[in-house]
Amino acid sequence: MTLHRNSVAPANARSLPIRQLVLTLVGWSIALIIFFPILWMVLTGFKTETAAIADPSFLFSPTLESYQAVHARSGYARFALNSVVVAFGSTFLALLIAIPSAYAMAFLPTKRTKGTLLWMLSTKMLPPVGVLVPIYLIFRDVGLLDTRTGLIIIYTLMNLPIVVWMLYTFFKDMPKDILEAGRMDGASTLQEVFFLLLPLTLPGIASTGLLSVILSWNEAFWSLNLTSSKAAPLTAYIASFSSPEGLFWAKLSAASTMAIAPILIFGWMTQKQMVRGLTFGAVK
Amino acid sequence: MNRTRASGRTVGGLRTLSLQAPAVTLLLLWMIVPLGMTVWFSFQRYNLLMPEMTGFAGWENYEYLLTDPALWSAMSTTLLLVGSVLVITVVGGTLLAVLFQQEFAGRGIARVLAISPFFVMPTVSALVWKNMMMHPSNGVLAWLSQSLGLPALDWFSSLPLTSIIIIVSWQWLPFALLILLTAMQSLDEDQVEAARMDGAGPLAIFFFITLPHLKRAISVVIMIEMIFLLTIFAEIFVTTSGGPGLATTNLAYLIYIQALLDFDVGLASAGGVVAIILANIVAIFLVRMVAKNLED
Repeated sequence: MTLHRNSVAPANARSLPIRQLVLTLVGWSIALIIFFPILWMVLTGFKTETAAIADPSFLFSPTLESYQAVHARSGYARFALNSVVVAFGSTFLALLIAIPSAYAMAFLPTKRTKGTLLWMLSTKMLPPVGVLVPIYLIFRDVGLLDTRTGLIIIYTLMNLPIVVWMLYTFFKDMPKDILEAGRMDGASTLQEVFFLLLPLTLPGIASTGLLSVILSWNEAFWSLNLTSSKAAPLTAYIASFSSPEGLFWAKLSAASTMAIAPILIFGWMTQKQMVRGLTFGAVK
Repeated sequence: MNRTRASGRTVGGLRTLSLQAPAVTLLLLWMIVPLGMTVWFSFQRYNLLMPEMTGFAGWENYEYLLTDPALWSAMSTTLLLVGSVLVITVVGGTLLAVLFQQEFAGRGIARVLAISPFFVMPTVSALVWKNMMMHPSNGVLAWLSQSLGLPALDWFSSLPLTSIIIIVSWQWLPFALLILLTAMQSLDEDQVEAARMDGAGPLAIFFFITLPHLKRAISVVIMIEMIFLLTIFAEIFVTTSGGPGLATTNLAYLIYIQALLDFDVGLASAGGVVAIILANIVAIFLVRMVAKNLED
């Protein structure tokens, strides 16, 4: 390796401003290309319908016309409310069921714990289409078709494995001594969970909850197949724009922007935590 | 279960069992009841439009399904879709993770922009791509190719599956990037520095240090994506409705057509069983992979 000494110099030389400039340029170009469809959608929402189908342009006089129109179109608020109720309702339920389970797995593990965890995960691999027909028929017979309760039940079960999985990761990371100390001081299991475990793992629980909200909010298979009008969430509302008579791009963009804005912001805030939980802490 | 064990452990086991009971019971029901019904229906003559036709069908539904070219076309579409998106997102995600790991001005904001598509609901991203990006006359891509003097492409009629693959990859590339970028942050900088001192070029560093380091993260990405990609539905529903012909009909969409459009519950259920078997074949490999990740 006689080249050894020579090769150090170019390595250092590469960190010159030129390299910085190129990296900045490439990094930003790629980020903007990936983000472009979202940016374009947001911009289109502020255009008039004629401007929306004209040649692409960043120069236009912004208007709130489309937002007002979407707001006036009776449906929007109801669809949005359905999305909120279903996403938060199912997340709350999933957390309620998952917390005891994850607690047991993290602090009272048995030989079967890992197997149980993997089995739970494997239920996620059951394709929804495989069970669409029976669920549809059961829902029809018990009157859950096109109801928020029905969707909440489905989403709770759909997200339960991932919620248990993430909570388990966060609980397992918690130092056991603290719970031990609490137990020494005479805390019951319930007190232990409510006054020690939950407050200490709150960031983890919050990001688990947010992922569950995001997944429920964006879920489209069940919502398109099990709801028609009364309980239809935003995914179904937006899908209704795919019919030819719904082709008003500016309005579609305005409605879409409103549909994704809260989740996008949630996602930006919690991305780091979410990754840690999602990957069993395998990726740090 | 084992009564002869030391009492402490049995109590612990019981407590574990009772705390896990709600989650386990619900998931068991969620799995077994619909699964059992699907299998049962798949052996029945059951069409909602023909209520007088009932009874045991034997293997009739399966025979019809397995000899129907639509099934094989849907299977290959499913595998092609999943495979292409996995390759694009894993390769692209790895390269982007390396890029966004480098120090540059405004890196934080650029990262946030690049991961954003993951949080957009599938119906919205499909519609935005269909109407604003890939539209043959008013789309941004058409405008771009026209300003370069090329004819505008009618994406969904000339390249239907490719269009779907582009849309789905756009949604999942950010996810791969997010996970891999997080994994990159624990890369041992000293090791990289040492390799560089020894004269290793950027390519050698990437293949011999970065890539092995990302192995576990990549397997996690593949597993999670697979779960969601096997049942892609909304993107197809909103853009091509499975067409033209069967060009973009995957298994999920085929069953949807049979069950909710043709009302043939028996046939759709047989399709569901096929989908479940396919998913299980995939799952066996995946669960092994995750199990390995859980070991350490």
